[in-house]
Amino acid sequence: MTTLDPAEYAAIGLSLKVAATATLLSLPFAFAVAYLMTFRQFRGRFVLDVIVNLPLTLPPVVIGYLLLVLLGRQGFIGRHILQPLGISLIFTWKAAVIATAVVGFPLMVRSIRIGMESVDQRLVQAARTLGASWFDTMLTVVAPLSLRGVIAGSALMFARGLGEFGATIIVAGNIPGVTRTIPLAIYDYAASPDGDGMARVLCLVSVIISVVILLLHEYLSRRMDRSE
Amino acid sequence: MELHVAVKKRFKAFELDVEFTVTNDRVGVFGASGSGKSTLVSLIAGLDSPDSGVIRLDGETLHDGRGSMPPEQRRIGIIFQQSHLFPHLNVRHNLQYGYKRCAAENRRIDFDSLVEVMGLGNLLERGVNRLSGGEKQRVAIGRALLSSPRLLLMDEPLSALDDTLRFQIISYLKTACATFGIPYLFISHSLLEMRLMTDQVLDVSFGRVQGYTSVEALARSRMGHSPVGYINVLTLGAPRRINGICAYAWGGTELFISGGSDQPKALFELSSKDIILIGLHPGAISARNLLECTVMGTFQAGGKVGVELACGSERLIAEIVPEAARELEVTVGSRLFAAIKASAFRRLG
Repeated sequence: MTTLDPAEYAAIGLSLKVAATATLLSLPFAFAVAYLMTFRQFRGRFVLDVIVNLPLTLPPVVIGYLLLVLLGRQGFIGRHILQPLGISLIFTWKAAVIATAVVGFPLMVRSIRIGMESVDQRLVQAARTLGASWFDTMLTVVAPLSLRGVIAGSALMFARGLGEFGATIIVAGNIPGVTRTIPLAIYDYAASPDGDGMARVLCLVSVIISVVILLLHEYLSRRMDRSE
Repeated sequence: MELHVAVKKRFKAFELDVEFTVTNDRVGVFGASGSGKSTLVSLIAGLDSPDSGVIRLDGETLHDGRGSMPPEQRRIGIIFQQSHLFPHLNVRHNLQYGYKRCAAENRRIDFDSLVEVMGLGNLLERGVNRLSGGEKQRVAIGRALLSSPRLLLMDEPLSALDDTLRFQIISYLKTACATFGIPYLFISHSLLEMRLMTDQVLDVSFGRVQGYTSVEALARSRMGHSPVGYINVLTLGAPRRINGICAYAWGGTELFISGGSDQPKALFELSSKDIILIGLHPGAISARNLLECTVMGTFQAGGKVGVELACGSERLIAEIVPEAARELEVTVGSRLFAAIKASAFRRLG
């Protein structure tokens, strides 16, 4: 059995860090978008729906390329926002976070929406007449009642984030210790003549992490069932 | 309480266009379903905005052409048909939701005294999914009251309950609103509920206010059109039992009622159609109640004559056809006998 060396530990650590950061970063935005799509009627709802869901149907490589075009030195956001602030994203772990967040975003929005659709509008109205502001109502009524969807969405996005490959390799590259996550490392080992063993170990690690996430999700869901 | 509403709101197949000012603390909004009552509630509470118009409460503008005060600042409570309790909170936290969000200087209701008045003491730590229908509605009423509203809107709060519970909740509602001095707008399609809960009534149909009268005048005007006539509501207490029939002290004499209860206080309804008027004492009669009454007044409603009878300090409305009124020579001050079967009374709660 091949043992893990520091480079592999770094890849595993980086994968967890990228997936967790992307999930946490997306959460408030996904919640807001899910709220808009569930409770509000407005112009451009359809357009928003298409934009949010686009990453689900686009090849991740295309998303990576679009992000590169947008965030790179010559890109619109890169040149006008990031450069004046002295921020450089491309080929850093932060780029991997953004790629992962964009790719997983529609999954999270969908899950939260399913949770929110089960929230009775009358409860929201009751909270408002009891003196709770819109934001207060979101935090104390809508969020706890759609918690199941939030948890499912987070688990789904985290798991999807661990496997992100296509978009990440384009915007963040494949730099060992910096942006090389588990899938990128597996890709490297699978392509080199004597990396077979390492590739298998990393696959096993992926399976273990995924099972842990699923079990955790299951545990949280059951706990919620019991408390109801 | 002074509430002024002058609003318009258009929907696809329906338009609400109302203008009224009410100053009474116990006002009813009466109308069939689909008449626009619930829309009116949403507009007053700020859950929906009118297309145009003004809403003012106690001199403060809640809505006009320039803007709309958000619902959480209006301090108007709502009790819906369903309790709509927060399922993720227990009874205590449901009750405290509005209480905590009410500024300390506006709080007029003490948590512990409300819990006592609404009889919620032993339910506080319970999850709301383990409450019965009546308990849920009591918690919903308590939750709304604890936010110390300036006005309470009750949108058909009793229609999801069965009869026994309905009158039990009515008594809780009346006691609580009176104890804590909360003015309310009571919305219902039931005239009987209106009679029990309100003094003045806005009659709403087809999105318009048809009239603003006392609840008594509304009930009398509906007598001729209603299949059940005018409903006399009697609050009776401390019965004696004689051969399975209850005898209640009433109007200086006794009323004999089958199907009475041993409860210290009971509510009965008696239709104006179940009272037979007789000119002379008949001697013997199968009806168990023969009351000597004085005619206090008469009124016309839908081709029928309503006769207001005084029996001691109590009042009853009987309904007869105009021909009978002529034959009996019913005029103010004339003496008549009213015959009522012991089984004609229906116990409400």
